Amino acid sequence: MVTYFFQNLINALQWGSFYALIALGYSMVYGVLMLFNFAHGDIFMVGAYIGFGVATGLVSLASMGALALPNWLILVLTILISMFLTSFVGMIVERVGYRPLREAPRASAAITGLMIGIILETGNLAILGARRVSFPALIQSTTYDLGGVFVTNKKIMIVVVSIALMYALHLFVRKTRWGMAMRAMAFDYVVVPLMGVPINNIARMTFAIGSALAAVAGILFGVAYPVLDPYMGVIFGWKAFVAAILGGRGSILGACLAGFLLGFIEIFVAMVFPSTLRDFIAYSIILLILTFRPHGFFGEPYSARLRL
Amino acid sequence: MLVVENLRVSYGGIRALHGIDFRIDEGEIVCIIGANGAGKSTTLRAISRMVPAESGTRMIYKNEDLLKYPADKVVSKLGISHVPEGRRIFDNLTVMENLKLATFARKDGAHKIEEDRERVFSIFPRLEERRNQKGGTLSGGEQQMLAIGRAFMSGRNVMLLDEPSMGLAPLLMLHMFEALKAINEEGGTTILLVEQNARLALKFAKRGYVLEHGNLVLEGNSEELLADPEVKKAYLGG
Repeated sequence: MVTYFFQNLINALQWGSFYALIALGYSMVYGVLMLFNFAHGDIFMVGAYIGFGVATGLVSLASMGALALPNWLILVLTILISMFLTSFVGMIVERVGYRPLREAPRASAAITGLMIGIILETGNLAILGARRVSFPALIQSTTYDLGGVFVTNKKIMIVVVSIALMYALHLFVRKTRWGMAMRAMAFDYVVVPLMGVPINNIARMTFAIGSALAAVAGILFGVAYPVLDPYMGVIFGWKAFVAAILGGRGSILGACLAGFLLGFIEIFVAMVFPSTLRDFIAYSIILLILTFRPHGFFGEPYSARLRL
Repeated sequence: MLVVENLRVSYGGIRALHGIDFRIDEGEIVCIIGANGAGKSTTLRAISRMVPAESGTRMIYKNEDLLKYPADKVVSKLGISHVPEGRRIFDNLTVMENLKLATFARKDGAHKIEEDRERVFSIFPRLEERRNQKGGTLSGGEQQMLAIGRAFMSGRNVMLLDEPSMGLAPLLMLHMFEALKAINEEGGTTILLVEQNARLALKFAKRGYVLEHGNLVLEGNSEELLADPEVKKAYLGG
């Protein structure tokens, strides 16, 4: 029973990592611009595909002998290159989709986000067709037996990389002037330009970082579950959005914790109930939590923010 | 010299400023007085490009067309800083962070920035005591000090001050104006101040304008305005 518990704990940590990495993108953008980027789940999907493309390319280069790269290095390069490329997707979405709507009603931005999401999904279909693609196996799976609990090297890698990135983001937001500008915008974006801060650049950067993190989530997902399809971002996107709400809109720590909590709830519900009931029960629990804490764990009521 | 000509601003079709003209020389202290809703804050917001001016408006600072600059560049390129109404301190940032954010776009090096921060702390020692406290925990007076400190750090060719006396005890008000005077005298900072407290503003400024319903109706030296029967009746309590 105890080993069963720990076995599920490991699985929950892995799922939580995906949710948390994606939820961060929702939360950061909300914090800075007070809008939810409903295309974010699809940016996760695009990131996974970009990762697929980069990894496949590097693998074939390596197999042709053009590059002498070990697989772990291919994975590292895939992550870095995909973060870079996917950040541009986020920046384009911000520039084309959201910046013209900065002063428009929030509903307009939400509708735009949903449409951008559909464009990304169907654009993928148009380019790659309806077949699923499989992510190259870059890591030889090794299973460790820790007193009856089985842990794979992939799971360890996924959780460690995710937590390391969350910590890096935390440092970025706390210690750099860019992060400081993000926090200032979260509190009162109207006066931020009066400090000489170009808020469009901050907005663009926020989308870039959120998208880069979503790309990592996509690649890590591809490492764990190597089959990708154009709609993979939809359900993940909505669940991560729930995590962002649960954590408290705009809260980075909240998004991380709620992402993991979501993973735990899902996995542990599935431990007790049939898996067909998993999401029904899991999200009923979350709805109940939000009934008592509508602002989430670390969120603030809308009225706490100042406006001109 | 800051030249403003035919400044017109509307909010949602309702005109708040009907084409006002004024100019301020380098190093001058000038105030705009007027009742609530006369358009004082709007004037400052138009200069700092927080609200758009309508076509036909001309705003020139040192031969640069202000209208070509977005709000952040007005601060970082032209050195025109704006202490907004209600101070608008970032409650979630510490005093140090508030000051640091104001130097976001500065490129003159950490040493110069450090020097300026020391100067802010010497003008307002209270801020140094509170340097690691969150902005939201400061008193109103301390927040005003921080708001002025921020403006000092971000750009100080010109400082636009919106109701710096609001909500302050009389002694604190005097302290604030002495600090502003010191900043003006030592750095040649031009100051444009808008105030409801007309008596205080006219004692501090050399010149003043009277703004009524979006029009400048009177201008003159402070002594003249203080002695003007209309001004006395309307703004100085008889």
